[in-house]
Amino acid sequence: MQTLEALTRDARALARGELTAPEAEVARQMQICNGCRYCEGFCAVFPAMTRRLEFGKADIHYMANLCHSCGACLHACQYAPPHDFAINVPKAMAQVRGQTYADYAWPAPLGRLYQRNGLTLSLALAAALALFIWLAAEAPAGAADFYAIFPHNFMVSLFAPVFLFGVLALAVGVRRFWRDIGPATTGAPVTPPAAVETTHDVLRLKYLDGGHGDGCNNEDDAFSLSRRRAHHLTFYGFMLCFAATSVATVYHYAFGWQAPYDLPSLPKLLGGVGGVMLCVGTLGLFKLKLQRHPLHGDAAQKPMDYGFIGLMFLISATGLVLWALRGHAQMPLALSVHLGSVMALFATLPYSKFAHGIYRTASLLRHAVEKRQPNRLGLGGE
Amino acid sequence: MTTDVLVIGGGNAALCAALMAREAGASVMLLESAPREWRGGNSGHTRNLRCMHDAPQDVLVDAYPEEEFWQDLLKVTGGLTNEHLARLAIRHSATCRPWMVKHGVRFQPSLSGALHTARTNAFFMGGGKALVNAYYRSAEKLGVQIHYNAEVDAVELDEGRFVAASVMHKQPDGSVRRERIEARTCVLAAGGFESNREWLREAWGQNERGEYPADQFLIRGTRFNQGVLLKHMLDQGADRIGDPTQAHMVAIDARAPLYDGGICTRIDCVSLGVVVNREGRRFYDEGEDFWPKRYAIWGRLVAQQPGQVAYSIIDAKAVGRFMPPVFEGTKANSLPELARQLGLDEATFMQTLNDYNAACRVGTFDHTALDDCHTEGVSPAKTHWARPLDTAPYYAYAVRPGVTFTYLGLKTDDTTAVRFNDQPSPNLFVAGEMMAGNVLGKGYTAGVGMTIGTAFGRIAGEQAAKAVKAQKQGAAHANA
Repeated sequence: MQTLEALTRDARALARGELTAPEAEVARQMQICNGCRYCEGFCAVFPAMTRRLEFGKADIHYMANLCHSCGACLHACQYAPPHDFAINVPKAMAQVRGQTYADYAWPAPLGRLYQRNGLTLSLALAAALALFIWLAAEAPAGAADFYAIFPHNFMVSLFAPVFLFGVLALAVGVRRFWRDIGPATTGAPVTPPAAVETTHDVLRLKYLDGGHGDGCNNEDDAFSLSRRRAHHLTFYGFMLCFAATSVATVYHYAFGWQAPYDLPSLPKLLGGVGGVMLCVGTLGLFKLKLQRHPLHGDAAQKPMDYGFIGLMFLISATGLVLWALRGHAQMPLALSVHLGSVMALFATLPYSKFAHGIYRTASLLRHAVEKRQPNRLGLGGE
Repeated sequence: MTTDVLVIGGGNAALCAALMAREAGASVMLLESAPREWRGGNSGHTRNLRCMHDAPQDVLVDAYPEEEFWQDLLKVTGGLTNEHLARLAIRHSATCRPWMVKHGVRFQPSLSGALHTARTNAFFMGGGKALVNAYYRSAEKLGVQIHYNAEVDAVELDEGRFVAASVMHKQPDGSVRRERIEARTCVLAAGGFESNREWLREAWGQNERGEYPADQFLIRGTRFNQGVLLKHMLDQGADRIGDPTQAHMVAIDARAPLYDGGICTRIDCVSLGVVVNREGRRFYDEGEDFWPKRYAIWGRLVAQQPGQVAYSIIDAKAVGRFMPPVFEGTKANSLPELARQLGLDEATFMQTLNDYNAACRVGTFDHTALDDCHTEGVSPAKTHWARPLDTAPYYAYAVRPGVTFTYLGLKTDDTTAVRFNDQPSPNLFVAGEMMAGNVLGKGYTAGVGMTIGTAFGRIAGEQAAKAVKAQKQGAAHANA
């Protein structure tokens, strides 16, 4: 146990300077991992680690956001619990990521919304649902189409500011993150090859393939592509739904074609396919998360994760109901629930799990830049 | 309870044997003495397989022909090897990897900090524990019966023929349930005795200083390799091979845990500086050869020093040139201060360092080649990478012998049969650390333990299944 104490002492020494407990824990674990390196082939975290001998605050946040929590290094680890070294990189990284989202949230006080993120999402959803159900109740009775219930300009005036604020808040946050991790990752500027590689890695979720293509771990040490596929369905489903709305906006303003649209119009097709994908993807992610090995990730973040998955599912499910219910008497209620959940998503955009994609993309881009720079270390080992 | 093939052990060699026997159609039961979370023995700490290949293969560059592999082995063992068995393992390593991949093992290119092994060693993606996990998954899928917490402490023999094993099933409440398991054939792959501190003490004995050197050893791997079965077999008269003091032994950080410190506790800066013993004196050429070719002799070298401790000393020039140690080194701004911090006799230490510094003939330093930086007029010499230690801060790492695995084992042949009075058993086979001493009389070269374990594990499984078939056919003939 002397060993563990020594490591804890080192970790504390680091912490005295500037590191929080989760950051110090990552630093402690990386010092051990850096002497082993067996996991180098799994993902980007370990190659990034081997370029360093010490792990400062910026390095730690950069690496934490490179981690996709695939679990491969945990199941492969000779130092994982019950070993005294208690190495659990996915968990340590997840805890720091939680801190990244909160620390870089803008405006800063709202970062606290991450502390009880399940509650944040629930309250936002309750408020948004109440708003739209109330608004629908105010609408003329028997209205058969969307704009009779909520006039187009009125909807734009509600959604646009909230959405744009969310985008602005995320942009400010990631800009600050970028400024902090930039110098820690050689400071070199982004090059086109680095940008292309990052785009590829993000869009294909490269780091959920386990490095060998068999996929990541979920409930045990077996590899599976299901999480990657479920995430793809969720992400691309979301993008198709977003595209449906964007196309509809263009139709509305550029051509004066007003919703609702009929099959086989582009918005209806995009929305239908996207909605089904999002629905299936979020259900898949939910199921996989329920089955996840208990040592994976940060248990404290489960409300945030489940809340976000649930909200996305609600949006897609109500969207599909709406898609099918046109002209039905229940349409106004379905519309209210759908718009309320979309509003809750927009309102919490910079204070929810949504942020993970933004910070992870930033880290991956810095990694693509950093790995193209010469390594200042010339290690010769065993 | 009965089975065709009983495999005793749960590491790489045992799993290879179990998988091969099962693939050949035999029913297989595998007994692992450790609980599930500690399964796999020392294999969980390994990282690569030394592989012969005549042309580049996926993760292996260039070629590493049989003859070169053999010469490397011959050199490190100083001839204490069996050429026939060694070449068998070497040739096996050229063809076994597709089979490993079939059972879920994945390979990755040589790790950073180990680039010189890119030609000779195929690295397991995620290391040995990932390999062990893959084999267990495959074994479960194929229907191998696996029991954890199942320790075999005795086997019944009938004139060299295996009859049954006596198993202690360790229960969660601490009690033990005994079971006698009969099998047509049996593969012994339960590891060496490196975790058995009493046996190590007995083997190493007392030195001329009155010390029991083994008391200071750290065990790099599993605590479960107590050598129970090995001892039992030797007591039953199985033919033995190897010297009980010979082992894969590395100089590791003195602060490493007693068990399972694994790879990260090694100290890789020996060739970049000097190493002194407790008396402040150097005792071996730190720059004799590339560190990967020398790391495995330093455990033994330190074991021969007073107190079984030594100090690897470097200066600021070495930082960033070797794998970062897990624990921080002792740091000082001058060499005398370093000696005081380490509690070494300052005068002797300074004389050693001053003599060494003055003896350095620095040419062109190149850590990737056997360079021309060497010493003149100092004993022992440092023949490569000799540069004066003159740039503060200075660092020291205390090292102790770390035992990876012992070489005392059962003598065998190319069928892996256990032998009694030089006669092979018809149905009892041995693989892994329990017989590695047939190939490794002393010394080590990276990755060869897994080469031996994989080759003889697979052969043992094959032979066991073959013996099962022969028995069944024999029984059918007898009935006909």
